[in-house]
Amino acid sequence: MKKSVFLGALTVAGIAAGGASAGTLDDVVARGTLNCGVTTGLVGFAAPDANGVWDGFDVGICRAVAAAVLGDSQAVEFIPTTGKTRFTALASGEIDMLARNTTWTFSRDVDLKFEFVGVNYYDGQGFMVPAELGVTSAKDLDGATVCIQTGTTTELNLADFFRANGISYEPVPIETNAEAQQQYLAGACDVYTTDASGLAATRATFEDPGAHVVLPEIISKEPLGPLVRHGDNEWGDVVRWTLNALISAEELGVTSANIGEMSMEAGNNPEINRLLGTEGNLGEMLGLSADWAKNAIAAGGNYGELFEGNIGENTPVGLSRGLNAQWTDGGLLYTPPFR
Amino acid sequence: MTTLTEPPKETFRLSMLIYDTRYRSLTIQVVALIGFLVLIGWLINNTMTNLETLGKEPNFRFLWEPAGYDINQRLLDYTSQSPHIRAAVIGVLNTLVIAVMGCITATIIGVIVGVLRLSKNWIVSRLMAVYVETFRNVPVLLWIVFTMAILIETLPAPRAFRGDNATASMLLDNSVAITNRGVYIPEPLFSRGLGDIPVFWGTFEISLDLMAVIAVLIAGFYASKRIRMRADSIQEATGERPTVWYQRIAAVVVPLGVLLYALGFYLGYPELKGFNFTGGTYLRNSLIALWLALSLYTAAFIAEIVRAGILAVSHGQTEAAAALGIRPNRIMRLVVLPQAMRVIIPPLISNYLNLTKNSSLAIAVGYMDITGTLMGITLNQTGRELETVLLGMLIYLTISLSISTVMNWYNNRLKLVER
Repeated sequence: MKKSVFLGALTVAGIAAGGASAGTLDDVVARGTLNCGVTTGLVGFAAPDANGVWDGFDVGICRAVAAAVLGDSQAVEFIPTTGKTRFTALASGEIDMLARNTTWTFSRDVDLKFEFVGVNYYDGQGFMVPAELGVTSAKDLDGATVCIQTGTTTELNLADFFRANGISYEPVPIETNAEAQQQYLAGACDVYTTDASGLAATRATFEDPGAHVVLPEIISKEPLGPLVRHGDNEWGDVVRWTLNALISAEELGVTSANIGEMSMEAGNNPEINRLLGTEGNLGEMLGLSADWAKNAIAAGGNYGELFEGNIGENTPVGLSRGLNAQWTDGGLLYTPPFR
Repeated sequence: MTTLTEPPKETFRLSMLIYDTRYRSLTIQVVALIGFLVLIGWLINNTMTNLETLGKEPNFRFLWEPAGYDINQRLLDYTSQSPHIRAAVIGVLNTLVIAVMGCITATIIGVIVGVLRLSKNWIVSRLMAVYVETFRNVPVLLWIVFTMAILIETLPAPRAFRGDNATASMLLDNSVAITNRGVYIPEPLFSRGLGDIPVFWGTFEISLDLMAVIAVLIAGFYASKRIRMRADSIQEATGERPTVWYQRIAAVVVPLGVLLYALGFYLGYPELKGFNFTGGTYLRNSLIALWLALSLYTAAFIAEIVRAGILAVSHGQTEAAAALGIRPNRIMRLVVLPQAMRVIIPPLISNYLNLTKNSSLAIAVGYMDITGTLMGITLNQTGRELETVLLGMLIYLTISLSISTVMNWYNNRLKLVER
């Protein structure tokens, strides 16, 4: 019995490790689809619509990468992952990249052997409470029952915040956002805590969003970004520069509306020319076609368009750009040059 | 002249390993064993090589780093600064709590349902059949989630207890509060308690009050047993049994009462303070949901085992007992069940094991058992899949084998002694 248990464990580990070989780019091209890990459903970031088609801000990143690599933004297999399963899925090679509100931390980058390719949303952990409780600050939450997604950095931040402020709380660990929503709305917990963007997205789906307030305290830095496995630098470069292309496109004024016209022939802005492949050979260096960035931007628009279309102020989620504005507008988005 | 014909001396040839039936089975076994060992070696080697390529050589040092997360239900002291190993211990204790509570409840319900299903009362036996079939044939995970959903959606939130026109109120003279976060019941407290003593170099503490109560209870039951034995011997000698029931009760109750009075025993009632009830013992709804679902699910299986055990006892036994003038419920208790136990115990062991292993579904309702702490949050925060899962398997294996050992010992005691 003991032997078979060990054998099972070793088989699992052996297969898992065996799948994580190098050459993801070749694998994706050979397969013809990109396996992209997303959340199990967070409106605005990644959620299937009424027709079962995945849509959202993180989904947009997956589609841009698929368009850059395969030339087809629909060639994506979306794999829903929970806070707990996401890293195993990526490490085992089940998914090629993970675009799932994942915080870039030292230990995940270094110890868990992943490669964060950049930041697509600068976030911070917040608290949501029902307005009727009359709570105005997170420091008033002494003794509260807090719903929290297990396996996330928010779990650690929460413990640190309450310990630092010398107040107590009762954690209620849950697996998915949907369960958290159910427990929170039923009053089984007083507070729901996760990234502020996630809170806004969750609140947007409530029947009466006005009855819930997001507290002013942001207790952590949560730079969220897509990540790939450590050790496959070619693939990491592809995902990193696809994200950078989307951000640069906004800065350079390239949108899904004018991209057809701009990529027809070289214009008078050399950086745009290099980005869109009408000048230089950046695509070739990545091992992609010359119009890789054009395809990526055409898939769902530039970063600004993705933001406004999925989570911006005119959507139910209603997030302002804030830190996620271009550096020219006082935000943190700043990409290295395409040169 | 006699001719001595010696049988031709047979020399061993290599082909005999296959063609000679004396050696063939041995050959096959040796080849199979070598193949098996090569396979294991390859798997271990493959795992090690791949983990090394990933830069993740197995090591268990992470167990002594601070866990960083909080656990709601903890039987020992634990803070977010405690190491991962302590979080794992908290998880193991939570697993054991649910396993013990579940096994006891499932056995009680199972025996009652199993006996009632054999009832001559048509409605009762049909009702029990419906219970057994519905619970046996729906996956236990669904029962767990379903029970949790019922608890959360139907019971009042703590804030419903607040204010002048509260929509919910506490039960039993304001001592029990049933909310959708769990049940709060009064807790025993001591105003002149003896305190705790640290054991195992201060890794955890034992309550002296609890120890004292247990010691006095054991002594009380022992005294009560002695009184009964004395009554038995008097009865055997004189044929007349002295009335001792009040002495036996007093032997248990009086010392306990004296001890509780000396320690300043009182009940701490739950009280609505701030966001939640404080004080009292808090049974979280994750515990209750898991406990109820696992007990009811496993009880359905145990009921069938009990029914089979009872039916396995020859009807002649019942008739013989009836002929001696024993009343029906005593026939069941004294004649049928003791014999049925021999059939019941072995499958009962495997159901206890099933319940314990099924408790690993706890994360579905956010109950922090060993799967939730060590193989859940710790795995996720440290990324040590192989180590945590191996450790988790080892723990479940140990728990399961311990249960088997205890139950097998019990089974051996009950077994028919054959000569």
